[in-house]
Amino acid sequence: MSTVTTAAVIDIQQLVKTFGRFRALDGLDLQVAAGEVHGFLGPNGAGKSTTIRVLLGLLRGDAGTARILGLDPWRDGVEVHRRLAYVPGDVSLWPNLSGGEIIDLLGRLRGGLDRQRRAALVEEFELDPTKRARTYSKGNRQKVALVSALAAEVDLLVLDEPTSGLDPLMEAVFQRHVRAFRERGGTVLLSSHILAEVEELCDRVSIIRAGRTVESGTLSELRHLTRTSVSAELDRPVPELADIPGVHDLVVTGSRVSLSVDTAALDPVMRCLGEAGIRTLASRPPTLEELFLRHYGDELGAETR
Amino acid sequence: MTGTVRLVRAALRRDRWLVLWWTVGLVALYWVTAVSIPQTYTSQHALDQAAAALDGNPAYVAMAGPTRALDTVGGQVAWQVQAFGAVLVGVMAMFVVVRHTRAEEEAGRDELVRAAPVGRLAPAVSGVTVSLVVSVVAGVLSALAVASTGLDPADSFGLGLGLAGCGAVFTAGSYVAAQVAGTARGAYGLAGGAVGAAYALRAVGDVGAPVLSWLSPIGWYEQLHAFSGLRWWPLAVIVVAAAGTLVLGGWLLGRRDYGDGLRPVSAGPADGRLRGGLGLAVRLQRGSVIGWAGGLFLGGLAYGAIGNDVGDVIGDSQAVTDMLAQGGVSLVDGFYGTAAVMLAVIAAGFAVSSANRPWHEEEAGHAEILLVTRLPRRSWLLGHTVVTVAGTIIVLGAAGVGLGGGYVLTTREAGHALRIGASVLEYIPAVLVVAAVARFLHGWAPRWLPVAWLPVVYAGVVVFFADLLRFPGWLRGLSPFDRLALAPAEPVRWLPIVLLAVVAAALSVAGQAGLGRRDIG
Repeated sequence: MSTVTTAAVIDIQQLVKTFGRFRALDGLDLQVAAGEVHGFLGPNGAGKSTTIRVLLGLLRGDAGTARILGLDPWRDGVEVHRRLAYVPGDVSLWPNLSGGEIIDLLGRLRGGLDRQRRAALVEEFELDPTKRARTYSKGNRQKVALVSALAAEVDLLVLDEPTSGLDPLMEAVFQRHVRAFRERGGTVLLSSHILAEVEELCDRVSIIRAGRTVESGTLSELRHLTRTSVSAELDRPVPELADIPGVHDLVVTGSRVSLSVDTAALDPVMRCLGEAGIRTLASRPPTLEELFLRHYGDELGAETR
Repeated sequence: MTGTVRLVRAALRRDRWLVLWWTVGLVALYWVTAVSIPQTYTSQHALDQAAAALDGNPAYVAMAGPTRALDTVGGQVAWQVQAFGAVLVGVMAMFVVVRHTRAEEEAGRDELVRAAPVGRLAPAVSGVTVSLVVSVVAGVLSALAVASTGLDPADSFGLGLGLAGCGAVFTAGSYVAAQVAGTARGAYGLAGGAVGAAYALRAVGDVGAPVLSWLSPIGWYEQLHAFSGLRWWPLAVIVVAAAGTLVLGGWLLGRRDYGDGLRPVSAGPADGRLRGGLGLAVRLQRGSVIGWAGGLFLGGLAYGAIGNDVGDVIGDSQAVTDMLAQGGVSLVDGFYGTAAVMLAVIAAGFAVSSANRPWHEEEAGHAEILLVTRLPRRSWLLGHTVVTVAGTIIVLGAAGVGLGGGYVLTTREAGHALRIGASVLEYIPAVLVVAAVARFLHGWAPRWLPVAWLPVVYAGVVVFFADLLRFPGWLRGLSPFDRLALAPAEPVRWLPIVLLAVVAAALSVAGQAGLGRRDIG
């Protein structure tokens, strides 16, 4: 079910990009289907921004293929750019132009923007478009880039940590507009560190590490690969719990048990608990954070080499 | 002031090349002047004649200062070098101080430094210190260099310490400018304007209103009377003024908010009318075009106004006659030919900084958001190229209008003025070649872009020193400016003009191709 059935808007196969001796991308794969919001996760320095820059035709890949909207981003850059809008992670604007001027300049360069939506976005993001860009904070610079991208008439949004400087209220505005964009039929590639945002918005997620894709799929598929935490108070002890394959971190204190369990072993565990007489039960599905930590936790030491 | 010493060391290390070259340049100026005067005026008779012609001539007084003891080698050296040296040290101070204060603040690096346990004034003090070090070292070494040619040591030190003092005052002035302006660009403009104003005040003052000269540090420098009855007390005025201005800067620093100037930033339009790559390039560069055009217009005006008197001054100096009048052309035309090429070399500074602009746009991350729109790379670069070419024509045109205008003002001969003014335009292709070198480097090896300044410096060396240092023809010919006829003294030759234009176009096209092939940013 995770195979891409609709036309792939982004299709990267075995992409390699080196900077001198440093291998930023080391055989990376990424598929994004039309109409989905795709979360792009990875620790700092994993190669997210490099991947995005190759996809945008700013950098040239050294090996492998990258297709975006069915085209080669390096050769057909302008054709690709007609149909997408991009918000970089570190938005840098011309210091002596006003926010409004920059929004309109980028809008025109993208082939025009929806004036009504522009006005609504400026209002909702509480952006003062008359201020010179040099006086904007990081969050306000991001708002300028977001307004011009979200007001553009495009098929694809490429967002590189677009909300790292926004407050929670603005974050909500952002999420509303991304959803509206998807409802209009748009596709989104969202690189983000804010896992709550990814859980809220994304249909599918790819996790990369050291220039390679380590996990890709829907959130429920990814959850399947990990464990649910369960804690319960029981009428009587259940020593046989420890024998069920897939049960981990079992702690028994009197009548209380807590454990984590592989998704595949949930059914036998629940049956076992039920027979012991459940007085209270709490179970929690794995959060994206736990998923994330499972992939990176083991390399906290290795990364610093 | 905690941390000051460490910051000064870091600043000196970061700027070691800048410090070295400014020092070498300033010392070389003083040394070359001291060496060349005896070569220009080979006898006391020649000196006497020059002094008689120059004495009290308002145009020369305005350009270089009061004419004192011009019948001596020392007097000539001091008179020729001091105003020019003071302006140069002022430009140095402007660059160094603003770079370490306002520019750091704007880049956000200063914020990191300030968050460390360093005093509020420490970052500024480190920039000011670097500039003061260059001023003093250059002043002392210049004094030694001048004295080494056999001139009086005390007067030589008067000349050198006056230079150091001017450096100190302009350092303090640039520090104040960095507090007043809200941006690095604004601070450069304000500090540079202050240097220009100091020169202009002294010019007007020396000609007819002595009080005005006392408002200018360059005026105080002249009042030291090096090699014409040296007196030391004006140096005290210079030191007090520098110290007082520094205190003012420190006080202003405490009165403004971090990241802001004293003048608030004005609001801009809520909607934009910028259309595309060209519109943006024009918008980004128009201030610089206007500034350079204005500066070169004034420079041309100054040269234009004095040229007609040139025959009176050096008419009997055989060396200069030989130098300027190869092939028996008129001295006046020879002077204007040299003036035109000097103005063109200065204009090349505009052209290179303009050709560097696209790379600064890349480095700042601006290109990244532009080049993911439907704006192709080549159109983006072409927009900037068009501005560089048009800007070059405007800047050289302004220099020509100034040169011709100055001539008309003093002689009322419109016909000849037109010929003199138009002679500057001959250098358009030479300036464009220099800009195209920058564009080529930008396309293929942007990290090497600072090398693009070398042709400008070299062209300047050829103009000022090639005769003195007896450069062979091929060495002179490496400067594109030397390939062209010295109009209006010589008839315009079209072949080199066309060839230079072809070279410029070829380098530009190659640079464009390079940009299409490399990674952005």
